[in-house]
Amino acid sequence: MNAASTIVPEAAREHGLSEAEWHRVVGILGREPRPVELGIFSVMWSEHCSYKSSKRHLATFPTKAPWVVQGPGENAGVVDIGDGQVAVFKMESHNHPSFIEPYQGAATGVGGILRDVFTMGARPVALLNALRFGAPEHPRTRHLVRGVVAGIGGYGNCVGVPTVGGEATFHRSYNGNILVNAMAVGVAEKDRVFYAKASGIGNPVVYVGAKTGRDGIHGATMASAEFSEAKEAARPTVQVGDPFTEKLLIEACMELMATDCLVAIQDMGAAGLTSSSFEMAARGGCGVEMDLDQVPVRERNMTAYEIMLSESQERMLCVLKEGQEAEAAAVFEKWDLSFATVGRITDTGRMVIRMAGETVADVPIDPVAGASPVYDRPHEPAPPRLPFYAERLMSEEAPGDALLRLLGCPDLCAKRWIWEQYDHMVMADTVGRPGGDAAVVRVHGTEKGLALTTDCTPRYVEADPRLGGMQAVVEAWRNLITVGARPLAITNCLNFGNPERPRVMGQLVGAIEGMAEACRALDFPVVSGNVSLYNETDGRAVQPTPNVGGVGLIRDLGRMTGIAFDAPGLALLLVGECVGWMGASLYLREVLGREEGAPPPVDLAAERRAGDMVLGLIEAGIVRAAHDLSDGGLAVALAEMCMASGFGACLDVPDDNLSSTGWLFGEEQGRYLLALREADAQGALDLARNVGVLARRVGTTGGDTLILGAEPPISLDELRARHEGFLPRLMNGGA
Amino acid sequence: MRACVVTFPGSNCDRDLAVAFERVLGVRVDRVWHKRTRLDRYDLIGIPGGFSYGDHLRPGAIAARSPVMQEVVRQANDGALVLGPCNGFQILTEAGLLPGALIRNRGLAFVCRRVDLVVEGTDSPYTRGLERGRTLRLPIAHHDGGYVVDDEGLRRLEGEGRIALRYKDNPNGSTADIAGVLGGPRNNVLGLMPHPERAIEPLLGGVDGRALLAPLLAA
Amino acid sequence: MQARVSIRFKDGVLDPEAAAIEGALRGLGFDGVRGVRRVRVIELDLDTNEPEAAWASVERMCERLLANPVIEDASVEILKEG
Repeated sequence: MNAASTIVPEAAREHGLSEAEWHRVVGILGREPRPVELGIFSVMWSEHCSYKSSKRHLATFPTKAPWVVQGPGENAGVVDIGDGQVAVFKMESHNHPSFIEPYQGAATGVGGILRDVFTMGARPVALLNALRFGAPEHPRTRHLVRGVVAGIGGYGNCVGVPTVGGEATFHRSYNGNILVNAMAVGVAEKDRVFYAKASGIGNPVVYVGAKTGRDGIHGATMASAEFSEAKEAARPTVQVGDPFTEKLLIEACMELMATDCLVAIQDMGAAGLTSSSFEMAARGGCGVEMDLDQVPVRERNMTAYEIMLSESQERMLCVLKEGQEAEAAAVFEKWDLSFATVGRITDTGRMVIRMAGETVADVPIDPVAGASPVYDRPHEPAPPRLPFYAERLMSEEAPGDALLRLLGCPDLCAKRWIWEQYDHMVMADTVGRPGGDAAVVRVHGTEKGLALTTDCTPRYVEADPRLGGMQAVVEAWRNLITVGARPLAITNCLNFGNPERPRVMGQLVGAIEGMAEACRALDFPVVSGNVSLYNETDGRAVQPTPNVGGVGLIRDLGRMTGIAFDAPGLALLLVGECVGWMGASLYLREVLGREEGAPPPVDLAAERRAGDMVLGLIEAGIVRAAHDLSDGGLAVALAEMCMASGFGACLDVPDDNLSSTGWLFGEEQGRYLLALREADAQGALDLARNVGVLARRVGTTGGDTLILGAEPPISLDELRARHEGFLPRLMNGGA
Repeated sequence: MRACVVTFPGSNCDRDLAVAFERVLGVRVDRVWHKRTRLDRYDLIGIPGGFSYGDHLRPGAIAARSPVMQEVVRQANDGALVLGPCNGFQILTEAGLLPGALIRNRGLAFVCRRVDLVVEGTDSPYTRGLERGRTLRLPIAHHDGGYVVDDEGLRRLEGEGRIALRYKDNPNGSTADIAGVLGGPRNNVLGLMPHPERAIEPLLGGVDGRALLAPLLAA
Repeated sequence: MQARVSIRFKDGVLDPEAAAIEGALRGLGFDGVRGVRRVRVIELDLDTNEPEAAWASVERMCERLLANPVIEDASVEILKEG
């Protein structure tokens, strides 16, 4: 007896269960778990599946709005886009696998997020990626960039969903833990959305897609543990993706969903058959009986434990209407995919799993899926930082040189090397291509468009988690506004270090608080999301990175705007306030090598006023180009507009040196740069005054140089050379 | 005009090509599954882009042996218009309807960008009416677009005016900058790596794809 | 009976992947490499135990599907029971 109770908790520890959790398992079952049951508890209660550290904080996100059809808790969020259609979207991390095997890790990340979207009945129409790599000069960075980009392209290009946008930035805090967050967006008919909620006693539970192998067993537990160099050498559990099978699965699921056979469907993602069966049953409040002998397998002698925990890709679990198996089977046969009835829905509230005539698991569903442990981990706030105004700067660098340095720095440089490896035009509806504020895909067969963006400024979040969380949301909001979209909702992916450390937990708590506040103020609810913790190696955590994926609706693509102005002689209007805020700015980091100061404050009421006004001007059809001001401030924004348009511009600059730096490179929030015809400029300024938004005339478009006040003109060619040069040089240079 | 677009497992530009036929030519387009062994007579058959069979073995190799392709070859030899962009071009070479083969891009990476093309062979239903030397700007999006043909094959293509398009700035290492090749008894087969179906309206960034499709109405 | 098919580019067809490997080896200081060729190997498990029949059938497979005669050469080996 004594021996047993010391040995078994050892197995529990190997499964990542704490002693308290072990006792809870024994309490739930009234006995010690069988091996398969221990595996089930282990993955279902892992951080990755249960959100046990973040759950109570995530509950503070606003998740409702009249246009929200489905908020968090399903495979993806759903928002109404009019005309009986909905947009379905979610963002998810695949950080650890991508660090271990960048090509397959990134590829399977894309595959997984696509399944979250098409499992709800939506045809995927766009992919985005928020990528954070280590310092460019770190010996692994190039290998990781090359592999991740090739993996994303290899998967997305083959399945034929355009990869239209995202971000890629570099910082040494990601040297040992890169972040690969993929977002997928789909479109469905509002009355044909499918949910992962099992129902109907006696209905068959059906497995479709690829066969099961021994891939990625315990991937979910791996995503819930810290890295160490030793672990990395072990190269555990990396799944291999097959985008060809995924493409067939998309088409087969779309055909299945057009029939009347389907009750519920969920993809087998992290923790595979376990999480999909438990979650579907938990949502429906029913039980399930499964016979693992019926599961299509790829390898011989697979055990029940392996089948339940395998993370083989491109698989789905469905509940069909009884008696309609044959009709559904015909669809999968057409597409050469596996189809097998593996179980039935019961009214017992228990998951009973058999293999070779033996019961290998018999557990109540609710305590496993619904009542997983929730922790209120101790958290401490980040130490406050002082504001940092331009007056405190001592830079020798001329503004023009500083601008060129910023345009060519790793975070701001052109990402063409990356997005030219992605088919961003397949489906022939990409009307706002990579390189702008937000990507725009037309809703097929209509004149409306979805605007899509991913945003986060990790250095702000590190400096002040709450402000940084807010800023990620407001930047996404602005990016949607600038293309002429009404912001609808966000998804997010919260990437942090080890939550068992109070400082890291404090970052998570602060960021969520700021995001929630911003979402409330902007009526921009959270409809789906994902949390990735333990992004640290040997005690060094990544910069806190709560990536926001924003979705907006453009009702009439004829009114879509971009960052390129289409004519010389347009008036440039700056919307928003300028105080020369340099704290935590890119200028400070890239030009002066200093990572300090408080990040720019976010005034949510002012954001809202400015955003609503700018959108009004765009919808009135008088804005010829619009750009949000973010990293690198006004000068960088204008330079980006010039490069995109092929026209130069003159920018007014105050003539004393100190304040000119703040004017050009400060990163105050809530700002936009607009180009309008002269004839429309005064009207826009009047309107701004009337609604209490600060706006002023700051320059004029034209010529083939960018002129910053009295500084020597910079040719567009030189801007482009600096902007386009960095990434190809990094990736092709050296051996 | 009767038109169809064939779908293979892994095709992903089949809808785009059908939409382009519909919008530019004003025709109704039948969608044809690759397992069909009998086809009605079509005036225009689209072999779409994508990753048929996941590009396994060689791009286009397995699709080229699909049941429907025997029928496509027969109708092509009988004069039907057969247009194959991207993976369609790979399938048409693998099926022997066009000479040469397509291999991995010289730069090894997938390339998606707009490229400038020069119209060369104007004696075809696609290029008739286009000025020789005119520049068309079309998107490319491929991993295996390096066109390979031996010297004798190249001389024949040039001698017979069957090089439809050449790249201005070769993006993939293709022999003699070749981007599109004509075949069939009346140059009725066109295989090309660029995607004309993605350039049929200003909102998509260009309309030069129409230049290759619109003349088919008169064919 | 097992058969092994080795497929390589014909002489004169530039293989950009092989060229990249060669370049990378040079970059690592392996100056003694005079050429790099990539060969794709496909192994087949066959029902027949007749080497002649196996050979003939695999040759036909090469012609019909496994190799593209425009750019590739295939060679067939018949292996003992594997």
